[in-house]
Amino acid sequence: MTHYVIRNVAPYGEERCDLLLRDGLIAEIGKPFSLDGEQAVEIDASTLLALPGLVDLHTHLREPGREDAETIRSGTRAAALGGFTSVFAMANTTPVQDTAGVVEQVARIGQEAGWVDVHPVGAVSVGLEGKQLAELGAMAQSAAQVRVFSDDGKCVDDPVLMRRALEYVKAFDGVVAQHAQEPRLTQESQMNEGVVSAEIGLAGWPAVAEESIIARDVLLAEHVGSRVHVLHVSTAGSVEIVRWAKSRGIAVTAEVTPHHLSLTDEEARSYNPIFKVNPPLRTQADVDAVRAGLADGTIDVVGTDHAPHPVEDKECEWAAAAFGMTGLETALPIVHSTMVLSGLMSWRDVARVMSQVPAHIARIDSGPYAQGRPLAVGEPANVVLYDPHGTVTVDAKTQATMSANSPFDGHVLPGRVVATFLRGRATVLDGVPQDRQVSGTTAVAGGVS
Amino acid sequence: MKHLLSTRDLSLEQAVTILDTTARMAATQEREMKKLPTLRGRTVVNLFFEDSTRTRISFETAAKRLSADVINFSAKGSSVSKGESLKDTALTLKAMGADAVVVRHHASGAANFLAQPGLVDVPVINAGDGTHQHPTQALLDAFTIRRHLADPLNPACGGPLPPFDSGLGTDLAGRRIAIVGDVLHSRVARSNVALLATLGAQVTLVAPPTLVPVGVETWPCEVSYDFTRTLRTWQPDAVMMLRVQRERMSASGGGFFPSPAEYSRQYGLDAQRLGLLPDHAIVLHPGPMNRGLEISAQAADSDRSVIVEQVGNGVAVRMAVLYLLLASDQVAGSSSTLS
Ligand SMILES: [Zn+2]
Repeated sequence: MTHYVIRNVAPYGEERCDLLLRDGLIAEIGKPFSLDGEQAVEIDASTLLALPGLVDLHTHLREPGREDAETIRSGTRAAALGGFTSVFAMANTTPVQDTAGVVEQVARIGQEAGWVDVHPVGAVSVGLEGKQLAELGAMAQSAAQVRVFSDDGKCVDDPVLMRRALEYVKAFDGVVAQHAQEPRLTQESQMNEGVVSAEIGLAGWPAVAEESIIARDVLLAEHVGSRVHVLHVSTAGSVEIVRWAKSRGIAVTAEVTPHHLSLTDEEARSYNPIFKVNPPLRTQADVDAVRAGLADGTIDVVGTDHAPHPVEDKECEWAAAAFGMTGLETALPIVHSTMVLSGLMSWRDVARVMSQVPAHIARIDSGPYAQGRPLAVGEPANVVLYDPHGTVTVDAKTQATMSANSPFDGHVLPGRVVATFLRGRATVLDGVPQDRQVSGTTAVAGGVS
Repeated sequence: MKHLLSTRDLSLEQAVTILDTTARMAATQEREMKKLPTLRGRTVVNLFFEDSTRTRISFETAAKRLSADVINFSAKGSSVSKGESLKDTALTLKAMGADAVVVRHHASGAANFLAQPGLVDVPVINAGDGTHQHPTQALLDAFTIRRHLADPLNPACGGPLPPFDSGLGTDLAGRRIAIVGDVLHSRVARSNVALLATLGAQVTLVAPPTLVPVGVETWPCEVSYDFTRTLRTWQPDAVMMLRVQRERMSASGGGFFPSPAEYSRQYGLDAQRLGLLPDHAIVLHPGPMNRGLEISAQAADSDRSVIVEQVGNGVAVRMAVLYLLLASDQVAGSSSTLS
């Protein structure tokens, strides 16, 4: 296995030093050191900073079922280019990831692809239908070792089913990740309900449809002593409820997406369905609130909700278009611009919300395949090198994801992912994905098509 | 002006120009020879994804009176609900050499979609998109109101209709217009609020709170939940009744109002409420009416009602829009090139 010496890099954007990645681990950190004849690739990182490999708790890889939008291989390659070393594949595939068989298949294909660690999310209910608990225990005990369960895309709106799920996953320290959307309040809904929807005549999606579910779920979690994870918090009211719940000691964690940190419902005025997403883009006051919530720890993690769609599902009138945006390749630059350049967060904070805490929520932060660990000697060499002074002009068509529905197409974003290492192996170097070599015992046949 | 997608896009000058052009078009329709040669050899496509015979016929008549060829393209009833077919349809129309596309669609923003560069690349006229806009309806309403209210001494009841050029060159400054009914789902209301505000009129929306959109507070109008009080104390110059669709009764959550009878009692224009109007006030309705629901037969058939006249003005306003988009270099300023 190739060893890497990363010269003069700034871990967490702090003091510069050298990093040695050897045998899958961070072998040395410190003052410039010599290699004593050891074979290693040297990387001049004097303009770069280092972060622990990013962990995305919220990725839609679309395989099995919608390989026209994304495959596990293409999506994880995009993830590596975005600085991720682990992604959680949401359960709304076809077939749904609601059995041990399907989650094991997803995990296996992910492992063979080798770009990042792929952890399947298990469905809470059979077929995401919100009626019957899926075999959560079987998925937990499967080779995929599922710990995160979600019907994402749909809300577990039945309060009894939600309660049972929250209780049941305690047996294996799992967590239920809720897509908070009261379905009756959002029938036919197309965009945030407010000034813009009133004017442009698209059916409104009230903030209360999200907030009422979050309020219910934190109370349920308190009642049964379980932890609950709230996906894609998008409103100021939701932030308030989560803040209140945490102050009561309720075991709630929450996520915000890069697009909800950066875009508002004003985008809908164009009727360009690239901006159609679930939950919808909200107002500037909501954007300000989720940023503040992320900065003060009320919101724990950034999850991409990477949701690729083929062109025909977005090249149409708004109401006919699919919900969702891609995000793996732009997540870190968006967090950089909205949270770091704005002075709200340090790079250490970024590492916390994009690596350490998501890994902990999903209980993948220990063992030989641990993610979200600090940049420290002896830890797995999951590292991303980032150039905070570079810029990238987003070109949705040439991104690694198979789909082109990036809301940031044409935007110039700050920063650039230069390299990503997964347990010491470079998945990205100089911004270029590194197909795995077919050699030795650790390699798996097959490159990237 | 390249397209007519929304009344919000119209400046005061453009709006008055369209109304003035409408007056001239209407005058030509009094002649024995109604047909003008203006758009000879041009093709106007009526692309209707939603049933609306009256609007389609109005556009068709307008185009034909300007000597254009008309192709009616009805997509209603086919399995098209996805936008890719809207895109494919647009490319087909372009290939067929359409010079203008009139579109009616159930999705808000559908006209904006067609108007984006690279699709039809000819003027797009929005004939109603979802709950967004129906600009020619608002223009014909404004034209009708201006014609009747130009001379404040002119009583609405009895007597001959004012001439078409009544109010020529003027806006609706200071006029009071009440728009009554299902504002939430109404593209007519949205179009009218924007256009009437541009023309300087004061607008009050009257509706049960369930049929007023969240976010209305930024609209250039007032909102009232009490029709009778608005009529009595505000004394509108015109009352525009909106069609209430009976299916709003059975919507999710038990409907937007308890019953047709209750709606009628609270928000219907009946003889009693009609009697509260000032002498010169007129009554409009975009049609088709639900007699007995939002408007009583007495109100619909009263001397104040200009509902039948609106239909005729609809043809004139659509002629004006087609003319200004296809035959005139500019919409702003004088349209004196029209004979
Ligand atoms: Zn979701």
